[in-house]
Parts: sequence; structure tokens; C-alpha cells
Amino acid sequence: MALLTVENLKTYFHTDFGLVKAVDGVSYEINEKEIIGIVGESGCGKSVSQLSTLQLITSPPGQIVDGKVIFEGRDLLQFSANGSEMRSIRGGQIAIIFQEPMTSLNPTLSVFQQIGEMLELHLKMDKEMQRKHSIELLKQVGIPDAERRIDDYPHQFSGGMRQRVMIAMALSCNPKILIADEPTTAVDVTTQAQLLALMQNLVNQYNTSLIIVTHNLGVVARYAERIYVMYAGRIVESGTCDDIFNQPKHPYTIGLLKCVPRLDEAEGTKLVPIEGLPPNLINMPSTCAFLPRCPYSIDKCREEVWPPLKRVNGQYVSCYVDTRR
Amino acid sequence: MITYIIKRLIQAVFILLLLTFIVYGVMRFVPGDPLLMYLGATDIQALSPEALDQARQELGLDQGILVQYFKWLGNVFQGDWGKSFHFKADVLLLISQRMPVTIYLGVLAFFFSSTIGISLGIIAAVRRGKWADTVATLAANTAITIPIFWLGIIMILIFGVSLGWLPIAGFTSPFDDFWLSTKKLIMPVICLMIGSMGSNARLTRTSMLEVIRQDYIRTAWSKGLKERVIILKHALKNSLIPVITVMGLQVRFIFGGAVLIEQVFAIPGMGRLLVDATFGKDYMVVQGCVLVIGIIVVLTNLIVDISYGWLDPRVRYD
Repeated sequence: MALLTVENLKTYFHTDFGLVKAVDGVSYEINEKEIIGIVGESGCGKSVSQLSTLQLITSPPGQIVDGKVIFEGRDLLQFSANGSEMRSIRGGQIAIIFQEPMTSLNPTLSVFQQIGEMLELHLKMDKEMQRKHSIELLKQVGIPDAERRIDDYPHQFSGGMRQRVMIAMALSCNPKILIADEPTTAVDVTTQAQLLALMQNLVNQYNTSLIIVTHNLGVVARYAERIYVMYAGRIVESGTCDDIFNQPKHPYTIGLLKCVPRLDEAEGTKLVPIEGLPPNLINMPSTCAFLPRCPYSIDKCREEVWPPLKRVNGQYVSCYVDTRR
Repeated sequence: MITYIIKRLIQAVFILLLLTFIVYGVMRFVPGDPLLMYLGATDIQALSPEALDQARQELGLDQGILVQYFKWLGNVFQGDWGKSFHFKADVLLLISQRMPVTIYLGVLAFFFSSTIGISLGIIAAVRRGKWADTVATLAANTAITIPIFWLGIIMILIFGVSLGWLPIAGFTSPFDDFWLSTKKLIMPVICLMIGSMGSNARLTRTSMLEVIRQDYIRTAWSKGLKERVIILKHALKNSLIPVITVMGLQVRFIFGGAVLIEQVFAIPGMGRLLVDATFGKDYMVVQGCVLVIGIIVVLTNLIVDISYGWLDPRVRYD
């Protein structure tokens, strides 16, 4: 059985302009020690789906209207949002790293205070142990002079270093799952590669499962074993990393891969962007959300509702068209 | 940090010099002659010119304003703050008798306006849109708009005269009779703190609402912390930064309010001394009071600036 199974998750936002179905029936799973990638463009609901599993959606306006998040046999959505059961999962069992290292750490608390409070909360360590352990963690994520820097404040670190602190904090209580929500979007490219390699090393070392949420296909290609592609609040394709990259089946995935440069392509090949804009999530039609941008569309797409995921050669695809032809 | 404090203290000296100089000048342009007060007479015509001249000389009023000012200044540095024309007593002695009363009143008002105000603000922000928010916001807005002298009189009428629960005037030292002292202070302290409490509550609410939607608060939730810890440890410190600025300014309003409230409740504090001295053209007393209030305001501003550094480690003092 999978370590974490998300079934038919639906998170809606009640806005002044109407109902936004940010996550509309998303299902995925992750096994122990596995690395999966959730890929999609901005606003497709990938972050919201992750925040929903930990019930971190601000409500109102957000609301988890349906679905199950089964973790070790228990449905996390049955717990009250800020009750003790949910809180013991957060940070202790499932930890999350956010996109913005510059703003995700509290500017008025030292790094030690911020890591230490987690160790105190979940592992019941005393101050001395907290300190020793925090220094150890900072060393592991590659912060030089950790003994001294432990008492520094976030503004004294660079963006990449802050994200290292975030990683140290997230892994401090040895969680079973680490969710990295666009962990490298806000840092420069060399730092990105270092941070990802660091995360990969650490999750291997701690036997932690890793969910990488990103819009960067290059990131998932290198690290993830399986990939889920999201579009407009739904998963449109999933499969192993190799399958997705070698035989993409959903028109959206195909489009995404066409706009990424590849080394094995002939010189002079032009990148092809996906035409059009992502849909407005307010008052969505019941037909496939990718339809207006889809070069493969057939009459059936316009007449019938968005198709559910179906199995095609080991992959799952939500499309009426057989794009292999 | 030490250099910063020294720099600020040097600045403070100049501010105080300017302040006392302006007050000295203004007092001299106000009509009326202090000699009447000094000689205890009501009609200047009744006094012989010789007696007037002699009194003028005794008080040093025959010299130019600048000479008088610098003489006063020189004496202040030597611990001689001059004599009151009216009380015929040392100004420093008068102030040292009245000062503790006003400071006690002010500290109580400041303490309650901060604690109650900030607590109301936190509750309103955390329960935004719920009934607790409505009640707290309404209370804060009412508190800000109430004129304090009116409130003082109405409270005297209700709790003092009609119900007879509280003494309507006077002051008793808490060391003599703590219970009586407290009873006498309830109404004045409420009057003094209510406006500041209201603005503290509103400001804390706004600031807190801003802070609780920051990314680092989401991080705090994702760690599994309790709401209480998130609000008090992660959010409060950040949201107090603008509140502290205003609290520094409120020290001034509390002293200004004390002038009014000590009149209303007949409390023998410095506010009352200042009012009496101003009407009686008791120059030395006015100067002394202004200097003391000036020192307190300048020092609280310094404390506010230093406390930024404690609240926000990003603040640098160089």
C-alpha cells in the first residue's frame, strides 16, 4: 500500500468573482522512499493540492469540499484543521518547503529558534539537544560555520542559504514525506542544481519520500521516478518519468515537452510554444479545459465532458484522442 | 549601539535647550505680571514703585530675557532650578513632590492602554469578521472618539455621585492606603488610557492582519505549531513594530492628558502644578515642569528606537 494516497481531492475558493475550482478531483499516491514530480503551469492547482493535504488552506475563502488523504491508514481530512492530530502530522510526519526562501522564514526569530521549536514540539528535545541537533542539521545542508550561524537571523543569509535552512528545518523531525513546493524557483540556476542534489541526498539518507512540485520539467526529469501532469485543477497525465518524456500522450504534455530545449534535437530546431492562455478557473465549462488550446481536438471533445483518466500502456491519460497516431 | 545612544543623548540636549528657550520666550509674551503673585497683591497700583523694583531685582526680572534664560540654565546645571514665585519654594522640591503622582498615574495608564489595547487588537485580528472582532473594533473606535474631560465628568456623575462607588477626587499614595489609592485612581486612569488603548487596538489589529497572511506564518502552521504559539511567538513580535512607534508618541498624550485629568479629579500632580503655574505666571515652575516633561518624552523616544532593534533584528544602529 502506498504511504500517502490522495483520492478525488477537491479544493474550491469562494471569491467575489465566483467559485474557483483550484483543485478539482485530483488523485495521486506516493510510496515509501519514492520521489514523484507534480508538474504544471502557474495557477494549475499544484500548490493548492499540496497545501490541502496538510489542511493549510486559508478558510475562508478556501474550502476542501471533497476527497480523501490517506496517510498510514488514516484520512487526514477527517482531522480538524488545527487540532492536535493534524498538528502532529504537520512537520512531524509530513513536512513542506515553500517557494519563497526570502519570505518563508520569520525575520524576527533566529534560525535556532525556528528549527529548535520543531525539535521541541515533535521530538521533545531539551534546549541543549535542540542546539546540538540544529547545528548538525545546518552542517548537513551545507551551511559553513554552523556553530556560529545558528544564532543568526534569516536576513543574514542569502536566498540559497535560506532555502538550505528551510530544508534543514523541514527534515529536522525526520518526516516520512517531504513536499517541496517549487523549492528552487526563486534561486539562481547553479543554486537550483545544488539544492536539488542536496535534497535528493538527504531524502535517500533519511528514507523520506519526496514530492517535487514544479513547473520546471528539467527538474523532475532528473530526480522524479513518477510524474503527474496537472492542468486547470486536474491531473491530465501520469506515468513513469521515462514514459512521460519518451511517449507523452496528453496533448498538453506533448506541448510542454515541445517548448523545452533538448540536447538530442537537431541544431536549428525551433521551440514550439503552446498557443493561447491557461483557462480562467472561474465558471469553467464541463468540457476539457485544454480544448481551446488543443491542436488535436476532435468533435467528441466539444460534445462530451472532460474525460476521466484512463490507462494507456502503463500511463494514465485524460483525453479522448489517441495522440500516438 | 553605545555610540548610537550617546549620539541620541547629545541630540536630546539640544532639543531640550530649544524647548526650554521657546517656552521661556513664550511665557514672557503672555500678558500679566508675576510680581502680583509674588507679592500676594491683587492690584498693582496699590504697590509703591520702590517695592516693585525691589521685588523685580530679587527675582532677577530686571535683566534682559536672554540674560535671565542663561542664568536659569546655568543654575539648572548646578541643581538650582529656581524658586516658585507663588509657593516661595524650590522648584526642584515642588516637582519632586508632584512628579511621582503623575508618573504613577501615567505608568498605570500606559500599562493598561498597551496591554488591553494590544490584546483587543490581537483578538479582533485572529477572529476577524466574527462577533469578537465586531465588539473589539466597536470598543476601540468608541474609545478613540470619547473626549476624556467629558468622560471624566460623566464617570464622576455616575460612579461617584449617583452610585457612590468611587471617590470623586483626590489622590492617596498607594504606600499609605493601597485600596483607597486604587479606588481613587480607577476613573483618572481609565480617562487617561482610553484613547491610547483604542488606537493601540486598531493599529495592532491592522498590523496583525497584515502579518498573519505572510509566508512565514504559513511556514509556522506547516510546522505543526499551536495557534496560540503562532500568534504570540511568530506574529505578535512582527506586528508590534508599528504599534511601538505609536506607543512612544502616546507618552506625550498621556502627559498632556494628565494636565486635564488632574484638574478634573483634583489630583496634586505635575499636570496640575503646570496649569496653576502657567495661569499664575510662575515662570520658574513652568520652566522646570517643561524641562522634566521634555526629558521624559525625549527618553521614551530613545527607548522606542532601541526597542525596534529588540523587536526586529534587521534594524541596525549605525
